[in-house]
Amino acid sequence: MLKIENLHAQVGDTEILKGLSLELNAGEIHAIMGPNGAGKSTLSYALGGRPGYEITSGGVNFDGEDLLELDPHERAAAGIFLGFQYPVEIPGVSNLQFLRESLNSQRKSRGEEPLSGAEFIKLAKEKAGLLKMDMDMLKRAVNVGFSGGEKKRNEMVQMGIIDPKLAILDETDSGLDIDALRVVGSGINAIMRKPDKAVLLITHYQRLLDEVKPDYVHVLADGRIVKTGGPELALQLEQEGYEAVAA
Amino acid sequence: MSEEVKTDLQEQDERAAMNAEAQAAVDNASSYEFGWSSDIEQDFAPKGLNEDTVRFISDKKGEPQWMLDWRLKAFRMWEAMESPDWAKLDIPMIDYQDAYYYAEPKAKPKLNSLDEVDPEILRVYEKLGIPIEEQKVLAGVEGARKVAVDAVFDSVSVATTFREELEEAGVIFRSISEAIKEYPDLVRKYLGKVVPMKDNYFATLNCAVFSDGTFVYIPKGVRCPMELSTYFRINAENTGQFERTLIVADEGSYVSYLEGCTAPMRDENQLHAAVVELVAMDDAEIKYSTVQNWYPGDEEGKGGIYNFVTKRGLCQGRNSKISWTQVETGSAVTWKYPSCVLNGENSVGEFYSVALTNNYQQADTGTKMIHNGKNSRSTIISKGISAGKSDNTYRGLVRVGANAENVRNFTQCDSLLLGDTCGAHTVPYIEVKNPTAQIEHEATTSKISDDQMFYAQQRGLDEEEAVSLIVNGFAKDVLKQLPMEFAVEAQKLLAISLEGSVG
Ligand SMILES: Nc1ncnc2c1ncn2[C@@H]1O[C@H](COP(=O)(O)OP(=O)(O)OP(=O)(O)O)[C@@H](O)[C@H]1O
Ligand SMILES: [Mg+2]
Repeated sequence: MLKIENLHAQVGDTEILKGLSLELNAGEIHAIMGPNGAGKSTLSYALGGRPGYEITSGGVNFDGEDLLELDPHERAAAGIFLGFQYPVEIPGVSNLQFLRESLNSQRKSRGEEPLSGAEFIKLAKEKAGLLKMDMDMLKRAVNVGFSGGEKKRNEMVQMGIIDPKLAILDETDSGLDIDALRVVGSGINAIMRKPDKAVLLITHYQRLLDEVKPDYVHVLADGRIVKTGGPELALQLEQEGYEAVAA
Repeated sequence: MSEEVKTDLQEQDERAAMNAEAQAAVDNASSYEFGWSSDIEQDFAPKGLNEDTVRFISDKKGEPQWMLDWRLKAFRMWEAMESPDWAKLDIPMIDYQDAYYYAEPKAKPKLNSLDEVDPEILRVYEKLGIPIEEQKVLAGVEGARKVAVDAVFDSVSVATTFREELEEAGVIFRSISEAIKEYPDLVRKYLGKVVPMKDNYFATLNCAVFSDGTFVYIPKGVRCPMELSTYFRINAENTGQFERTLIVADEGSYVSYLEGCTAPMRDENQLHAAVVELVAMDDAEIKYSTVQNWYPGDEEGKGGIYNFVTKRGLCQGRNSKISWTQVETGSAVTWKYPSCVLNGENSVGEFYSVALTNNYQQADTGTKMIHNGKNSRSTIISKGISAGKSDNTYRGLVRVGANAENVRNFTQCDSLLLGDTCGAHTVPYIEVKNPTAQIEHEATTSKISDDQMFYAQQRGLDEEEAVSLIVNGFAKDVLKQLPMEFAVEAQKLLAISLEGSVG
């Protein structure tokens, strides 16, 4: 589904991704772990097409298409969803309005009919229920006044509504309390663990991986994937730390 | 809990459907949506401005002597005045002798509904997206919300609908020319009482040459059974527009009045100097909403409407209330301060404004809240959005008279900048002569952040949709004050006005 080859990316004059390669197939869940500043969020932004994150060499193929040719909103419509490490506030715009416009925009560029208000509300209710989020929260402005954990949960409600092919979740677990982590974990499984979908799970902790069991675990250090293994690699990392394992 | 949500969204849906036509126009957008001119024959007053022009206008309208005398008095006053150098505006000289002061569509029909209107005019309305509600009602759609439209096509009212139902309620809704003839006592009693003839250069000019406009009277205790709406449009080349609106709400009455304007694309600058006067008696409420989209000039700032409007409301009675809500996206130059004179005890003045400027537009707008009554209160919410090379100034005055005890004012001025070649300015004037007053002023300036843009784009919105969404969110507190049929139109106008301002 996703094939990243020797990706080099820089922000300003600083090279951050230094030849990163990674391949995800449909039906797989991959975890990426790695020290602070290694380039994990940069990878997610580069895949999302964020302006300012310049790809200097390498390629990314998504479902047979050259992803790097697409604008950010086209990548979204193609099925890529980023769960943000720091979700953004949009004052005055309700979550429902935001998501409905976003979803219908995606549908439009895919040549699908827009969802009506009633259809959308049904969908939003279902996904909010899945993540145990109160519908009243969805009436509030996007992330405004949300606690850190609520923001993360909201990202997952958004993912449920948008129903992407590939979700890149950047530290979705950080900021969640113990119960919330469980809810979010089973939410991710319910929404994304399907034969035609894939997940790239960026995390620092094993806890989330107990809920969402990865097929592969990668270590990202200094802009590259330096080690790849099965779920056991995460446990080893948790015990021994990056220095020891990735050295 | 979610039932409400459902209703909200279903409502949105219905609105969307209602606006399908307007949307179609939006979708066909070139650089200026409503920029066209139609081929309706016009009858012109000779070019230039002198006493004969004033007599010509008065004569054309078959006005009584007192009205002509009033106009002539204003004209002489105006001749002695000097063109103002107000505000933070860069205004090229206006040649008052190089303009036409009167134009009316040739065959002047007396019609009861828009059905009977010249199809060419209807097509113009359609382009404007006007018929949304109107067409629904005329087509006999059950439950359609009623909006009475006194359609001002250029200077003359060509059609007034719903007159009968309004008449049953005792509401007078007329073009001002008709009202001058049919209700001379009422008109004479209030015309020029809120905005005196000598008020300012443009108001005085308006008194001399006003072409048409609207008169509304709501009798005691009557809640006007529908929203009243007038659509203005400047059509004839080089025709200054001098509309005159007078709304009187008698004791305990309520009226909501909507005013919307668009103008066709033209090369010459067009002067617009309207006067709007509102009077609210004891316990009366007037809600006056404007969505204004006059041609702002092209990307180089060429052409476009000069909008120098004098709008003022008088809260004369106890517990009276006047609210101004405006969404300003058009005009090359806007100079406009809808104001409230709060004479009544416990009276309330409100001003909600979104002013958007792009390219080379200049807007200097705001309000004046003049507190003379005890316990009078005012709220000012101003949202300025600047893009391109435009300049956007909020200028507001809060004045508290010596005898006005316990006055309260809250002012919130927010500016949003798109790009770094535009300007936003906030100029509050506060004059307090009574120590019991509580005046609060808050101001913020912000930019759309890269984070917000990327977040919205990552969810599927393209660049323009993302900007439009964020800008509409910014303006939300004002937009929600608008009547439903205007809110959607206003959102679209904001989006259209920002086209090309990103990327
Ligand atoms: N806009 C920027 N300008 C300069 N440097 C940047 C910018 N964005 C990221 N960097 C640098 O790139 C490196 C990688 O950052 P990134 O956010 O991708 O790390 P991360 O792996 O997600 O870390 P964490 O685990 O702390 O979230 C860091 O050294 C960071 O300082
Ligand atoms: Mg990170």
